[in-house]
Amino acid sequence: MVELRTLLCRLSEAFGPSGYEKAVRTIVREEIQGAVDRIDVDTMGNLIAFKAGAGAEPRLRVLLTAHMDEVGFMITQVKKDGMLSFKPVGGVDPRLLLGKRLVIGENRLAGIIGAPVPHLQRGEAANRVVDLDDMAIDIGAADEKGALGKVKVGDYATFATGFSVLCEDAGWPTVRGKAFDDRAGCAVLAALLKRERLPVDLFAVFTVQEEVGLRGARVAAHRVHPDAAFALEGTLCDDLPRPPDEDSTPVTRLGDGPALTLMDRSVVAHPGLMALLQESAAAEDISIQYKAPGLGGTESGVTHLAHAGVPSATVSVPCRYIHGPAAILNLNDLNATVQLMDATLRRITAQDLAR
Amino acid sequence: MQQLAKRLAEAFGVSGFEDEIRHVIREEIDGLADEVRVDALGNLIAFRKGRGGGKRIMFAAHMDQIGLMVSHVDEKGFMRFTNVGFVYALASWGGQVRFADGTIGAIGVDGRADPRHALPELRDYFIDVGAGSKAEVKQKVGSVDAFWPGFVAQGNIWFSPNLDDRAGCVALVQTLRQLKDAPIDHDLYAVFTTQEEVGLRGATAAGYALEPDLAIALDVTLTGDIPYASPAMEVGLGKGVAIKIQDSGMIGHPVLNARLIDLAEAEGIPYQLEVLQGGTTDARAIQVSRAGVPATALSVPSRHVHTPSQMVDQRDVEAAVRLLTAFLRRPIVL
Repeated sequence: MVELRTLLCRLSEAFGPSGYEKAVRTIVREEIQGAVDRIDVDTMGNLIAFKAGAGAEPRLRVLLTAHMDEVGFMITQVKKDGMLSFKPVGGVDPRLLLGKRLVIGENRLAGIIGAPVPHLQRGEAANRVVDLDDMAIDIGAADEKGALGKVKVGDYATFATGFSVLCEDAGWPTVRGKAFDDRAGCAVLAALLKRERLPVDLFAVFTVQEEVGLRGARVAAHRVHPDAAFALEGTLCDDLPRPPDEDSTPVTRLGDGPALTLMDRSVVAHPGLMALLQESAAAEDISIQYKAPGLGGTESGVTHLAHAGVPSATVSVPCRYIHGPAAILNLNDLNATVQLMDATLRRITAQDLAR
Repeated sequence: MQQLAKRLAEAFGVSGFEDEIRHVIREEIDGLADEVRVDALGNLIAFRKGRGGGKRIMFAAHMDQIGLMVSHVDEKGFMRFTNVGFVYALASWGGQVRFADGTIGAIGVDGRADPRHALPELRDYFIDVGAGSKAEVKQKVGSVDAFWPGFVAQGNIWFSPNLDDRAGCVALVQTLRQLKDAPIDHDLYAVFTTQEEVGLRGATAAGYALEPDLAIALDVTLTGDIPYASPAMEVGLGKGVAIKIQDSGMIGHPVLNARLIDLAEAEGIPYQLEVLQGGTTDARAIQVSRAGVPATALSVPSRHVHTPSQMVDQRDVEAAVRLLTAFLRRPIVL
């Protein structure tokens, strides 16, 4: 578990907004290169690791995707006063941004998203969410000239949150960090590759640009042309205190195990793969949960439409507060996701892919 | 044909869960194709080999229907749900639904929603199967259901929540029947597609796999013959098959459309020209498949689409079948 935690820590702290995943790719490569047979990087920056199966030929080709990119920001203008205008890269909630620490570029230039002084807020303005377009990043520069020495238009920024261990209890080992969507999936995938060879041919793709429209996975699925595909994700989790009279199911719950997607906005899970995941979980005594249907979308949305169609399913690690400056996950969920995928890929046959 | 319509309209097949309708159609087309297969997305692909010298033609009718998916079962056994495909919140209150196992439910509205003063949203509703507690409910998170009752005919008019697109499926099955023992030059792929209502997904995969020379989708379209139809639209119920000029997802291939119009004129088949301002069909996905496919759609006009009381006129379905059959019997130059 310590090994998995260290891996997640490394991945979480790497700088990798959509379109600028180089640093994450380097870490992934270092982590897995001894454990796979071949590594390629495609034109978009997807890292495609191949690990041949140990089973008899013909072997199934299974695609596993986890996206390296995280939500972030791009500098769009350096203003006269040295403040930086920006656009979000991927979906971020403006309500979470004011006063947050950022790092800009690979050199990790420090900045914060400027906020009006609370003492000076009056009336309606005090209750309004500031528009993204009215926010700016402050790097402490005296003016435009001072800022231009350090940054330029097109530079990326991400949240600056470091990784920390919140709870060491073996029954509830929680950690905090940024970019768990989807460095959690990357950690699961890297950990899976480090394990014993599976019966199937594995194409483990650490993808790019998921947060801006599933772009990396689209071309990766076309290139790999797999028999089946699984997206490994960090997904939303809202198991927070509720009003006492409210009877509802959270989207996912921390600590309840990997969350299987029945249907989201991008895909209806392949029934054979769902049954296989359920059977594998039951056989290995891994507790699973179902993500509340109808919400979000994952790379299965594009893999299942590749070529003439590919049976696809999504397995996720619940993460509270994803797409925000810091998220919380339970390492037991992360570990159980590795176990579940291992168990599933040891059982998968062509039979599971039939309709 | 009405019997076929009833059978297809009453079969269960919410997007992504098309097992029952696929099975029913498979029975109905038994013996009408040289080869029938099911692909990774569940599309039912019936291939009818031509005599040669013709085109490779794809006809697509989607067999999925819109529906609801359970997202939460509360302690009393009431089920909250999300939509599968586009469902009007407005048309859902008091509706009846049926699960794949036959369980019937009513759609009730949460007392906090105050529907007399504000339009409820889907989240304000629940499905009530008459259970006394959660323990009595067989359904769980992920169970899907569709609006019910399935089908009623009154003269030439069919009423059903599922005519989108079981009307198109009827037309495609009927076309295959017409072709029985009547050889044509063209290779025909009659595809009953899946997951159209959630994003033309089945047709995306099938269009890629089949790589046809041309494609025609069979679907329903809206009509402009209801009081104060907005936006205004020329298509009317019972006025013939509609030839797709344009919808919000595609522009019908002009040469294909000209061919269909000429044929309809020559054969005296009632037709109308369709410009639809909201919605699209499988033809859109096929049209942009690979390097592009000449594609259009033939539509059966339908009132009250995506509500529990869709209506079509059987004579429009018949016109579609006549036009498709006439189209297949002749050489095609694109």
